[in-house]
Amino acid sequence: MFWDKQLECIEPEKLREIQLQRLKEIVKRVYEKVPFYRKKFDEAGIKPEDIRSLEDIKYLPFTSKNDMREAYPFGLFAVPLSEIVEIHTSSGTTGKPVVAGYTVKDIALWAEVMARCLIMVGATKDDIVQIAYGYGLFTGGLGFHYGAQKIGATVVPASAGNTKRQIELMKDFGTTFIACTPSYALYLAEYAKEEMGIDLSTLKLRIGSFGAEMWTEEMRREIERRMGIKAYNVYGLTEIIGPGVAHECSAQQGLHVWEDHFYPEIIDPETGEPLPEGQEGELVLTSLTREGMPMIRFRTRDITTLHREKCACGRTLARIERIKGRSDDMIKVRGVMIFPYQIEQAILEVQGVEPHYQIILTRPHYLDEVEVQVEMSKEIFSDDVKTIETLRKRLEKKIEQTVGVRVKVTLVEPKSIPRSEGKAKRIIDKRNLK
Amino acid sequence: MYKVEIISIFVENKPGKLEKITKLLAEAYINILGFSITDARDFGIIKFLVDKPKEAYELFKKNGFVVALNPALGIEMKDKPGGLYEVVKFISSKGINIENALVYVAESREKAYFIFEVENFEEALKKLKDNGFELLKLV
Repeated sequence: MFWDKQLECIEPEKLREIQLQRLKEIVKRVYEKVPFYRKKFDEAGIKPEDIRSLEDIKYLPFTSKNDMREAYPFGLFAVPLSEIVEIHTSSGTTGKPVVAGYTVKDIALWAEVMARCLIMVGATKDDIVQIAYGYGLFTGGLGFHYGAQKIGATVVPASAGNTKRQIELMKDFGTTFIACTPSYALYLAEYAKEEMGIDLSTLKLRIGSFGAEMWTEEMRREIERRMGIKAYNVYGLTEIIGPGVAHECSAQQGLHVWEDHFYPEIIDPETGEPLPEGQEGELVLTSLTREGMPMIRFRTRDITTLHREKCACGRTLARIERIKGRSDDMIKVRGVMIFPYQIEQAILEVQGVEPHYQIILTRPHYLDEVEVQVEMSKEIFSDDVKTIETLRKRLEKKIEQTVGVRVKVTLVEPKSIPRSEGKAKRIIDKRNLK
Repeated sequence: MYKVEIISIFVENKPGKLEKITKLLAEAYINILGFSITDARDFGIIKFLVDKPKEAYELFKKNGFVVALNPALGIEMKDKPGGLYEVVKFISSKGINIENALVYVAESREKAYFIFEVENFEEALKKLKDNGFELLKLV
């Protein structure tokens, strides 16, 4: 299904024309309206007139999360504060939060791109959409809210948390569409079954949209099985707009980027050089049409690959692969770069193990040690120590093969790893790196 | 049926774990007849023979433990030197492999039972029945 078929299946040449036109306009506008950008462009020796083709974007300086913190709170706004009708922030767990300002038109744009996402995965006005992302400063809740209202669906703004009530709402209201983080989706299914004796796959749920944290294909299958739904990947970030930058279609083969509004590039995170299509690197996004707070070449730190070939669903818009990691939460262990997702994938490949794990890094004697705690589950429990020990060793071997570093796997009791209602905390770094 | 049931619980090797488990049993008035602990560095398996195995199983499940309930055989042993030898000699003569075992001393203290798990319960039962050894019946 399409929200705007003409645009979503646009001829690539025509799309590039639109993108170039919009890029020129936004570069000119930020140069005139935002001192931060004017200064950066001047330092780089580039003027808006220098942008003559889409490729010329590579001459524009990047915008980093750090730039945004320095501009805190409103330094990147391109309109007077009186034109801003809504403000969101990132969680700010690693310093000052990132602030995003939206004009009336920006909110309409957000609703538009989210509507495309929802329609793309088969949602209709008859759906009951339960939004279990946090409402408030976090963009997750309201982003989905605007999109679901735009398509005329019935919105249940449950917000995050209060798991028991979430499940009651699903059951009593006949929720058909659920939006939350993937780890919370698994928690919902587990809680419903264990604490309330409800099998979510027997309810009316049919579609789920999950994001705001990294997850894997194995987790997707697990969520689909436990909830009896089709599970889709959503991508977005506060700096660009929130959820709705990209979303999977029914083919589940990558996330279509709404590139008439958000221009994607893939760069080498070390050198900053653009990478050819199909190569893995860091995603950089430019918001081509934002009014309140346009972003020029924002370094997302998200690692992915961009594909431009036409999709089975008929859309011509580029797709990114599911986010594989963050260039800044790679863990360096004994000099080897590893991503938590690699460890997750390895655990899940050893069949039957519940996807609840935690990575603990220590440095007892000048050498990094990795302990991976995996929760025991009744599916894999054997009353025989030897069998469990064999499983544990298989996990160790699989992880070592995947990441190239020896790890120690510890099997822990069920529910002993803290569950989160927002983003899962997977890594505990106890190394004293001074 | 000549069958007993054994509860197996997965536990992390940490202080206070056995305490927590036995407290649950105590509070539910479930009596422990015999138990064994097998340990593998970071985790272990605690096995119990109790008077109310099904209740105990549900209790542990409800409290978030990974737990299994498995059939086992019990054979009466004579309380004299060579008692255990006689019993295991008999079991091995039937080609049965003992996977796990524990001992249950009956309340009277006159009788003791060798409780053990085997790979194939039905088959083992068939081989051991009516051979002059008394099998325990708890279920």
